[in-house]
Amino acid sequence: MKLLFEESSQGRHLDLIPDCDTPEYRLSDDALRKRQARLPELSEVDLSRHYTQLAKQTHGVNDGFYPLGSCTMKYNPRIDEEMAGLEGFADIHPLQGQDSVQGSLEVIYRTKELLCEITGMDDMTLQPAAGAHGEYTGLLLIRKYHLDRGDTERVNIIVPDSAHGTNPASATMAGFKVINVPSNAEGGVDLDELRKVVGKDTAGLMLTNPNTLGLFDPNILEITKIIHEVGGLCYYDGANLNAIMGRVRPGDMGFDCIHLNLHKTFATPHGGGGPGSGPVGCKEFLRDYLPGKMTGKNENGYYLYTPAKTMGQVRSFYGNFLVVVKALTYILTLGKEGVKEASGKAVLNANYMKERLRKYYDVAYDTTCMHEFVLCLERLKKEKGVSAMDVAKASLDYGIHPPTMYFPLIVHEALMFEPTETESKEVIDEAVDVYVEIYEKAQSDPEYLHSAPHHCPITRPNETEAARNPILKYEWQD
Amino acid sequence: MGYVPDSALKQKEMLKVIGVDSVDDLYHQVPEEVRLKDLNIPEGKSELEVSRIMKGLAAKNVHYSSVFRGAGSYRHYIPAIVRGITSKEEFLTAYTPYQAEISQGVLQSIFEYQTQICELTGLDVSNASVYDGAVAAAEAIFMSLERNKNEAIIAGTINPETLEVIKTYCESRSVKLIVLEGEGYKTDIGELRKHLSEQTACFYVQSPNYYGVIEDVEKLAEAVHEYKARMIEGVNPISLGLLKTPGEMNVDIAVGEGQPLGMSLGFGGPYLGFMACTKELTRRLPGRIVGQTTDSQGNRCFVLTLQAREQHIRREKASSNICSNEALCAMTASVYLASMGPSGLEKVARSCLNNAHYLEQELAKLGFERVSKDEYFNEFVTTCPMDPAVLEKKLSEKEILMGLVLNDRILWCATELNDRNDIDGLIEAIKEVI
Repeated sequence: MKLLFEESSQGRHLDLIPDCDTPEYRLSDDALRKRQARLPELSEVDLSRHYTQLAKQTHGVNDGFYPLGSCTMKYNPRIDEEMAGLEGFADIHPLQGQDSVQGSLEVIYRTKELLCEITGMDDMTLQPAAGAHGEYTGLLLIRKYHLDRGDTERVNIIVPDSAHGTNPASATMAGFKVINVPSNAEGGVDLDELRKVVGKDTAGLMLTNPNTLGLFDPNILEITKIIHEVGGLCYYDGANLNAIMGRVRPGDMGFDCIHLNLHKTFATPHGGGGPGSGPVGCKEFLRDYLPGKMTGKNENGYYLYTPAKTMGQVRSFYGNFLVVVKALTYILTLGKEGVKEASGKAVLNANYMKERLRKYYDVAYDTTCMHEFVLCLERLKKEKGVSAMDVAKASLDYGIHPPTMYFPLIVHEALMFEPTETESKEVIDEAVDVYVEIYEKAQSDPEYLHSAPHHCPITRPNETEAARNPILKYEWQD
Repeated sequence: MGYVPDSALKQKEMLKVIGVDSVDDLYHQVPEEVRLKDLNIPEGKSELEVSRIMKGLAAKNVHYSSVFRGAGSYRHYIPAIVRGITSKEEFLTAYTPYQAEISQGVLQSIFEYQTQICELTGLDVSNASVYDGAVAAAEAIFMSLERNKNEAIIAGTINPETLEVIKTYCESRSVKLIVLEGEGYKTDIGELRKHLSEQTACFYVQSPNYYGVIEDVEKLAEAVHEYKARMIEGVNPISLGLLKTPGEMNVDIAVGEGQPLGMSLGFGGPYLGFMACTKELTRRLPGRIVGQTTDSQGNRCFVLTLQAREQHIRREKASSNICSNEALCAMTASVYLASMGPSGLEKVARSCLNNAHYLEQELAKLGFERVSKDEYFNEFVTTCPMDPAVLEKKLSEKEILMGLVLNDRILWCATELNDRNDIDGLIEAIKEVI
């Protein structure tokens, strides 16, 4: 379909603002741009239709099943959107006097308290704007803590080989060296290997539990103990909190600081890649290092303050506040039973789907999983030449968003499924039928799968060409 | 009390297939001693109850009918079509467009956004967004670092929020930071020259700066380039409806806060960090970038590209750790710019300029004197002939949020919403107080 710029017609426009009624002021010519930006000239109808067409070529949670592993694509309730759109939240200036923003500060304070209880933390900042941003913030917290104690030798962050790519990238950004530690045969952290790499240079460990294989590491208490014994801190990547909320808390497992993804676990929408929100929680002994602009409460109400030994700000103001409003609405709706019910059903759905699929596909680690599980399609690839990519692409024709492909890196031909708790048995049954049908197709007609999808707006794109000769914006002909 | 669709009975059926008796059995790997006995948060509530609580919280904020405060967040008119489009559930509930075949809508919209940012800034390449304007500035500094160039010089006239974030980012990467000092409201090129050296990786200046003043970016860039360092400019995107572009002034990287492009004040977020640069720096850009290609049938289509820079491929060697960005905010900006069109954007920019200068003139009559003579866009600093705290309180009672108090001075802002009537109302209100 056409780009906005190709639909443009000279002189077309919307009447949006009145003519200015104050005297015309002239800046010096030297301050002015030579020509107007070539923005499209369209009518409101043009715009409306353009984006309706684009919407039709976009698959959201509302369009169908979205078992994208590690991303927790649960349903995003409409009430959360409505509350975030309230004028009393949406049209409030971040630099208003504190007396005039008591409602916003209470939202931040109450959300922080609820999330601290859910995670077993003592304090929390809502400033980070996304999960990776939270990781970076948490690592700076760890860094600041060690440096403040005069412990300058702690330069290493230990990351399991099953970790999200953001973990090592965040560690580098925070000025650390990354030490990778392998997984054991059960998919958990290899304790012997872990013991080998820890020492006086260990700043901390970053861990997702359940990990990216969807497995809860039963050695978790031993793992955090090993790190603490050498003076390191334990960082919890909250990407998979949806499996365990209301049932076990990172704080009780020995973690010292964590980040959460409100856009995963707490049902705020992903928006095609953001905005998210990545709050960072910590234990008491780290709270003085938290970023600036924290919210406190005393007898006069809520107030803003900067912790004594702050690591500094990671974003302007107080983070993605309106996302926080949505998450608070969600948590208040679920409440104590709802939170536990959500994690339980997420785990139930994943185990149910795994159980039904394992008759056809190999499960990478065939044991009880948490909220997600990983299939290994190595055998199918070897026998029929059908790859994880082929199966994923084939599911597109059935209106299913594919699972996460080729991740975690330690599983070959990996497909990672996370159904989430908001899907019904019927939806999962239908999806299983689809994957069975694809499996059968792989036996009878692998060629068909190599060229899938066949019924989407486009067929497979040439990604190599896109990277080799980058075209990153529209080029006008004139 | 939640969004779990299946009844207990149905869940039983599922448990039977798995071969366990209860959901709790699925948690057998969790050590007994850490299993949570009781989650101490309130009971769940119905939608109506929750909506009453949230509306109650919103009502505790003061909503001003008239706002003369900017300082990094700007209240502009948001066309109805902007919210209409960006609240479409397909856009709202999609993930990052990894699967191009069913994500052409999001991908094309980002490609259009990238084009518009390039047009606004006069530069070659844009990414798909970062968290906010402050983070964009910090990331731009990282883009500029070279093996033997590890110093970043920062103008003293930038937004203090941005400076805070830059400090945090640079400290963690051991980047040497030099913040220019000086009394004035505009960057002194002599002061910059004192610090430029072979070690300088970049110079970051904001224009219009925190005090609204338009900086001599072109001259500053010339000095910076003498040392083969990068020139980074922070810009207000609305001002680019009128002001000279970073590209026209030989800037290497332009960054900014995209909030004025159709996003609400939102008590500080979600906002939009935009970044654009010269072609030469393309592969140093952090975050997602969308590119044009063809599908196997030869049709034009769009994909996430140049991913060899990114964390999911490069892990600890990635150019940045960013994964989620502000995609829906980028779409918001794109719809805003498309609805305004070239003339609409210029009209908004001219209205901001005119209204601010009218505001300055009227305030001066009451003894609020502007403290600088330099050209400005829509923000300016004045003296205050009375106790600013008292003035703020009195105006607040009249539903007016006045300019931001900077010690004994005031940083005022006007947008197209502050028309003659709005400004005259402010002036009348001040007269009653003074």
